[in-house]
Amino acid sequence: MNPVNYLYLAALLFTIGAAGVLIRRNAIVVFMCIELMLNACNLTFVAFSRMHGNLDGQIIAFFTMVVAAAEVVVGLAIIVLLFRSRHSASVDDASLMKL
Amino acid sequence: MTNSENLIALLVAAPLLGAVVLLCGGRRLDRSGHWIGTLFAAASFVVGAVLFVDMLGKGADERAMHQSLYDWIPVEGFQADVAFQLDQLSMTFVLLITGVGSLIHVYSIGYMEHDERRRRFFGYLNLFLAAMLLLVLADNYLLLYVGWEGVGLASYLLIGFWQHKPSAATAAKKAFLVNRVGDMGLSIAIMLMFTTFGTFTFGPVLEATGETSEGTLTAIGLLLLLAACGKSAQVPLQSWLGDAMEGPTPVSALIHAATMVTAGVYLITRSGAIFNAAPDAQLAVAVVGAVTLIFGAIVGCAKDDIKKALAGSTMSQIGYMILAAGLGPIGYAFAIMHLVTHGFFKAGLFLGAGSVMHGMNDEVDMRKYGGLRKYMPITFVTFGLGYLAIIGFPGLSGFFSKDKIIEAAFAKGGTEGWILGCTALLGAAITAYYMTRVMLLTFFGEKRWQPAPDPDKAPSVEPGIEVHPGEMPHPHESPKSMTIPMVVLAFGSVFAGGLFSLNDSFVNWLKPVTEFEHGHPPISATVITSATVVALVIGLGIAYVQYGRRPVPTLAPRGSLLTRAARRDLLQDDFNHVVLVRGGEHLTRSLVYVDHTLVDGVVNGTAASFGGLSGRLRKLQNGYARTYAVSMFGGTAVLIAATLLMRAV
Repeated sequence: MNPVNYLYLAALLFTIGAAGVLIRRNAIVVFMCIELMLNACNLTFVAFSRMHGNLDGQIIAFFTMVVAAAEVVVGLAIIVLLFRSRHSASVDDASLMKL
Repeated sequence: MTNSENLIALLVAAPLLGAVVLLCGGRRLDRSGHWIGTLFAAASFVVGAVLFVDMLGKGADERAMHQSLYDWIPVEGFQADVAFQLDQLSMTFVLLITGVGSLIHVYSIGYMEHDERRRRFFGYLNLFLAAMLLLVLADNYLLLYVGWEGVGLASYLLIGFWQHKPSAATAAKKAFLVNRVGDMGLSIAIMLMFTTFGTFTFGPVLEATGETSEGTLTAIGLLLLLAACGKSAQVPLQSWLGDAMEGPTPVSALIHAATMVTAGVYLITRSGAIFNAAPDAQLAVAVVGAVTLIFGAIVGCAKDDIKKALAGSTMSQIGYMILAAGLGPIGYAFAIMHLVTHGFFKAGLFLGAGSVMHGMNDEVDMRKYGGLRKYMPITFVTFGLGYLAIIGFPGLSGFFSKDKIIEAAFAKGGTEGWILGCTALLGAAITAYYMTRVMLLTFFGEKRWQPAPDPDKAPSVEPGIEVHPGEMPHPHESPKSMTIPMVVLAFGSVFAGGLFSLNDSFVNWLKPVTEFEHGHPPISATVITSATVVALVIGLGIAYVQYGRRPVPTLAPRGSLLTRAARRDLLQDDFNHVVLVRGGEHLTRSLVYVDHTLVDGVVNGTAASFGGLSGRLRKLQNGYARTYAVSMFGGTAVLIAATLLMRAV
């Protein structure tokens, strides 16, 4: 199978993730879309690793997973606290950071 | 080095000590203060006389004495010493200052008898003497400047001595401020001298004039002239002298007639070498003198206040001196000679005026005098002799000194000589006119006395003298302490000029210091002398017709345009007000306007535009995380697109 197809799939996944981040209001869904974009990146790393025949891309994919796991921990904690204080998971409700 | 040189400092120290004792001594000296003040003044005179005798005993070229007291400011490349120089010129001034000064101290004992602040008055008088002596004894311009400011301070304190009178307080301030303008000239001249010559000592500065560019010397000369104008009340800085008559009369006699106002003449004569090397500045001096001598004389003609008429006369006579000093070596000696004779007769006239006021409930309006010769015989005779001296009656002091100045003015040569000479002649005629007017109004004619004004309504009444409202004045001769100085000064007014002119003794005396050349007027001296006498007779005649033969109204008539202008000091205050005060106000206002619109405009405009811009940019921060995400994606997309484009190119 042509490895370029993996890149097409990754681009599609990334676009879906980005669109989700921009469009959806629910913090959980936005969070999931971010994960989707991270995984699209992982997919490109692995695909390029295969295409170029070295392991650098695969190693970086592991790094990305570790970072993503850490991010999930912090991110979910923030979302839980946000929900507790505002009784809503909408990112638009948390718009206090403006002048 | 002889012992007499050590005495020079004593001249200054004696009155200075007197001032310190009197001003710091407090009330316990109230009873004896006037004696202490007079004693110190007289002590200074005695020292001066001793030095004079000592000086006479030496050859003409060895007479200059010098005493260094201490190094004042010894800095690398800048040396200022407290050192005195006593030469023939300084000696003349020392004798005049201490002599007339002592007489006026004696006079003040009687004149200020009822003033409860008499001790302070004598303290100020002593302070004045010390400063004035410092001025004429200094051997460098910087020390001269100390004395120059000192006399200004003393003058301020004494004009405003009756500071409870708003007019006196204002007059003192006015004198001080106008003098500052002149002082500025002197200080800049001194700075200029230092940068040019590297020293301020008279000797080196005046010797170095030959090697200096004429432009620099002209600048220094004009600045010195400005200084002289301020101190000597010459046009255009003359406006303070008339108001200075608010001070007690002895002050007017000593400071504003005989001594301090002649400091400008001293300065110009002392700096003669500078002016000799800068003909333009010298001509400016002569012109200022000529203008002022007419200006002062016209003002003197219109004033009804006896002291202000005399003040106009002082201005005019100093104009003569400045004119003579502006003629160069043919005039310096005569300027100083007129200065000394003027010191005698003008001080005598002022003391006479004080004596008249003393007897007339402090009335100063001559229209309310009249017929006083019978009641105040001594005052009449002494005042009359002073009068004859000032108008230049042949044989009296003023005749000799003024005639010499007129001759020297003609001898200047060319058109200038004719103009200056004729101006001086015209001045002589006007002098005769206004002085005859003063004389006739005061001592002749019928009595025009008025009852004393209500002191509440007329706050100008001097304190301490009991005046009962509605009471007619009882003119009486003044006490001996006042008449004796008047008699002594009258002797001076009569004989000084003749004595000085005998064998040209005064000119020969001053010659080593001021240089002297015989002027050669285009017409013979006899013609000029006759013309002077004719001018005198004309002025006298007109005044007699106007004031001697017709009754004098008690209230001044409206008068011609010139008379009204002259009553207002020829509009000098109006001029100053319109040009300087208004001009200054407009200048400040326009500067404030420029500051507010332009300078503030730029600053505020910059701030406002940044503020407005930030206000717009602020809207970008709306707090919505998704908006930030869009800008982040957008930015990344642009970056990637740019990178790809760069690679493609």
